Amino acid sequence: MTQTTKIRAAAPPAPHPENPGIPFDLGPLEALRVNASAAERRADALGGRRSVKKQWQAAWLIRALECVDLTTLNGDDTEGRVKRLCAKARQPLRADLQAALGLAGRRIVPGAVCVYHRFVGTAVEALKGSGIPVAAVSTGFPAGLSPLKTKIMEIEASVADGAAEIDIVITRELALTGRWRELYDEIRAYKQACGPAHMKSILATGDLRNLDLVARASWVALMAGSDFIKTSTGKESVNATLPVTLTMLRAIRAYRDATGHKAGYKPAGGISTAKDALGQLMLVKEELGEDWLQPNLFRIGASSLVGDIERQLEHHVTGRYAAHDRHGLA
Amino acid sequence: MTESTPSIAEILDMSLPYGPSPESDAPAREWLKSLGGEAKLFIGGAWRKAKSGESFETRDPSTGAVLAKIAKAGAADVDAAVKAAAKALPGWSALPGHARAKHLYALARGLQRHARLFAVVETLDNGKPIRESRDLDIPLAIRHFYHHAGWAQIQAAEFPDQEPVGVCGQIIPWNFPLLMLAWKIAPALAMGNTVVLKPAEDTPLTALLFAELCERAGIPPGVVNVVTGEGETGAALAAHPGVAKLAFTGSTEVGRILRQATAGSGKALTLELGGKSPFIVFEDADLDAAVEGVVDAIWLNQGQVCCAGSRLLLQEGIEAEFLHRLKRRMERLRVGPPLDKAIDMGALVSPIQLQRVKDLVAQGVKEGAQIHQAPCPLPEGGAYYPPTLLTNVQPASTLAQVEIFGPVLVAMSFRTPQEAVEIANHTPYGLAASLWSEGISRVLDVASKLKCGVVWINATNLFDAAVGFGGYKESGYGREGGREGLEAYLKPRWRAKAKPLAPEAAPPAAVPASPLDRPEGVDQTAKLYIGGKQTRPDGGTTRLVRHASGALLGELPEANRKDLRNAVEAARKAEGWSAQSGHARAQILYYIAENLASARAAFVARLQAATGRAKAACEAEVDTSVARLFAYGAWADKYEGTVHRPPIRGTALAIPEPLGVIGAVCPSSPGLLGFVSLMGPILAMGNRAVLVPSFTEALIISDFIQILETSDVPGGAVNILIGDPAALGLELAKHDAVDALWAFAPAGSLADFERASAGNLKRIWTEPLARDWFDLVQGEGREFLAQATQIKNIWIPWGA
Repeated sequence: MTQTTKIRAAAPPAPHPENPGIPFDLGPLEALRVNASAAERRADALGGRRSVKKQWQAAWLIRALECVDLTTLNGDDTEGRVKRLCAKARQPLRADLQAALGLAGRRIVPGAVCVYHRFVGTAVEALKGSGIPVAAVSTGFPAGLSPLKTKIMEIEASVADGAAEIDIVITRELALTGRWRELYDEIRAYKQACGPAHMKSILATGDLRNLDLVARASWVALMAGSDFIKTSTGKESVNATLPVTLTMLRAIRAYRDATGHKAGYKPAGGISTAKDALGQLMLVKEELGEDWLQPNLFRIGASSLVGDIERQLEHHVTGRYAAHDRHGLA
Repeated sequence: MTESTPSIAEILDMSLPYGPSPESDAPAREWLKSLGGEAKLFIGGAWRKAKSGESFETRDPSTGAVLAKIAKAGAADVDAAVKAAAKALPGWSALPGHARAKHLYALARGLQRHARLFAVVETLDNGKPIRESRDLDIPLAIRHFYHHAGWAQIQAAEFPDQEPVGVCGQIIPWNFPLLMLAWKIAPALAMGNTVVLKPAEDTPLTALLFAELCERAGIPPGVVNVVTGEGETGAALAAHPGVAKLAFTGSTEVGRILRQATAGSGKALTLELGGKSPFIVFEDADLDAAVEGVVDAIWLNQGQVCCAGSRLLLQEGIEAEFLHRLKRRMERLRVGPPLDKAIDMGALVSPIQLQRVKDLVAQGVKEGAQIHQAPCPLPEGGAYYPPTLLTNVQPASTLAQVEIFGPVLVAMSFRTPQEAVEIANHTPYGLAASLWSEGISRVLDVASKLKCGVVWINATNLFDAAVGFGGYKESGYGREGGREGLEAYLKPRWRAKAKPLAPEAAPPAAVPASPLDRPEGVDQTAKLYIGGKQTRPDGGTTRLVRHASGALLGELPEANRKDLRNAVEAARKAEGWSAQSGHARAQILYYIAENLASARAAFVARLQAATGRAKAACEAEVDTSVARLFAYGAWADKYEGTVHRPPIRGTALAIPEPLGVIGAVCPSSPGLLGFVSLMGPILAMGNRAVLVPSFTEALIISDFIQILETSDVPGGAVNILIGDPAALGLELAKHDAVDALWAFAPAGSLADFERASAGNLKRIWTEPLARDWFDLVQGEGREFLAQATQIKNIWIPWGA
């Protein structure tokens, strides 16, 4: 291996690139083709083509941790539950473990804490001073079928409460019936309501099913100015699969080629193991390149992932397989 | 790893490089040590040194380090191996199918248990990435043994009239050593044959490991023999008279040599040779998927794949965009030590191969090609070559025509699907093709028009034990895998008792000497039949046909080379016949039968006069000829393919296709029935025929021409050359535009035909035995239909 090993100075966290969007254009949508079998083969093969071991694996896992949107989105959420989550966000890794990894003093925090609107204020308060942004799911999450007016108001309310990131859900009907212009207008309206907050558009790929539709919906969301496109609410029966990730990453790449704008990617739902997270990171690296291996362009929506990453890192340090109860509870 | 290992913090700040991820080679090294300094030959269940005491070395191509010394089998060792295989043959072939199935099952299980060891040894010896040996080579080899254990189990029910061929000599290449071993050994053993296998000199190790497995699994001694060595070892095996069947995978060049070397030996021969397979991307393709397809097509196994998609054909509208995306993809490719689990390409098999690739690329660049190579660093000290794309290559360029057998892709463009087909088919090879389009109608149309044995739709390099693999044209003949692959390892039972074909003899009885004595009472001039017209021979020569007593039988035209050239040209042009539906072809065959039946009396009389046989015998011949034509009319729309279900979501369609132009030297007696028995299947399957009747019975065929003329046979679909069968057969064998040759003639002339057929490696079916043409098994049916077709497997993965 003669891979270059020049060490770059630690750069400050890169800011979110802005995606201003472009006027609606049906052309790119009509040219889109996704071959499902080929996408699956690529996704299947990657696990065999790439592998990271030892300190490389540890570093990749730290990065995965930094990209997690630590999430709680349940009907039984309470202020107490959200505060616990925020505490975990402030110190996701046990300090002794972080030191043993040679990372003492390094700021290691997740990308954001993601909650329902009701708890935005709670989270903002709990995270004060940490620099960790609060993301709010919005627009009638998870089904997105509330009146447009209330959905817009919901976004505005969350931004007013201090949410720096808004995860909107698209109206699946518009994608399933090919009403792309209407979908564009809807997302555009959300974007406007977001103001300075960064917008992540949830496509609910498990509802769209078909990769062609995923690709088209991705394009519409990007044209309408989404800063991130995100796979799932976590409530669909199928979540962030690798073929879906592949399809959405390729849409981001094509949009970048066509417009010069960089948009981020957030797989969410079903990514619960360190191995899953590495698979997503590798696909991002291969398809989009290293620029996207930062929390400003890549997030993982997950709730139990952090625990598994911690255990893997402990194993790296001690050579012993770890137990869940040895790490901080979220 | 030479550089110091970075810390976690440094890796994080370097934006996450991969780092080394080596597979352990410790168990493989242990095994190499167990060889005890020099690996021996596996003959008759025992390990022996080469009689000469000679050996050669096999090396790790990624470092150049010697892995092991290997015994070099000479002619005496090959002789011992063939004798051991012959000795084991009666016992092995007499085993019930279930018993053989259990042996093959044991081999599949054994391979599975030691899969990782096989994978690492393969990678050490060959240089291919461990990912490929682990995920592709070894699993496919295991699957091959499982699948063929099943064939052994059901052999008696499925192939009741066939028996094993005998001792099989098998010569395999270095690119997929264990997988090619499996492709050769599994079907041979399943059908009850015994084997002498000669692995490639660059990669003998997994064959030896497999021999150890055979020993442990209790395969009876002599059933599998492994003779390691170089070219001379293979030559000795090919030349050994005890070998009944020779199977070879390798270069077209060596295939040609083997065809010549085995000419006249009576050995059955199957060849799986080179290719220059097209990878065609249409404008309605998923371009990103197709880019990934290219990676699998040409950078699998460092491009050392006979069916590698090495000619990239891009529809002009997407050419620039596709090349842009492909070049960007190339930036991500990683070349590294073969045992690293995070690489895309390892080392080429040897420094010789590396040099060959370098030379060919240099030549291409000299001819004006633009070179683009993956920017990844290459490890030092091994046979490494970067993934390479050459643009500005035209169909006429050297690199568009020559098989490079390395990680080098040449790109060209086309305007329409029709032009894509034209460019794709414009090669002497015909192994595989990969098509990329989301338009099912278009892509299946193109698939049907390509002249190659395997077509992958929106995929590439898919293989499975149930699906036949093999080429058209100079990519060889025979199939490996599935039912179609078993044919090569079986022969009809009747052959064991059949007698050799006697040399052509003059008819036994005196016949009318004067044309005016014939029933018609008017002088008739026999002619050739070319392009739907009766034509006089080019040389203007006529031969008198005399009885042994000297009595004149009649006068026949004498066709020469130019007539043959014209006939082949007419046959080539008659493509319409091949495009007709089976139903339409059946109508013509029935119509020929109808017209022959209506001329029954005249034909019986003519046969009697020409042959001196009894009337009843002549009536039987005419009646059977009519029935035979009916039979092939029946078959024309019933010899169908198979829908394979390989382990993908999708299917593979095995479609029998016509070969094109088939030349046939027809048996001498019974003249009419023998002639019709060859013409029937050739036409029924959509081929065009150039038929050479035996000289003594050509008189009856000259009458038959009139039947053809009145039966709406399209011009050029059937051409008949009357003349010296030995000379005309040889010209057919030498003609490069003839796709196949059938020769039913005494062994003497067959050797010449077989030798000459090596020119374009046309498929050749030589029959030195006397068949009973009245017998339904010997005289008609699937054996003939199989010879009149070649199987194309179209892989169709699907997914919504």
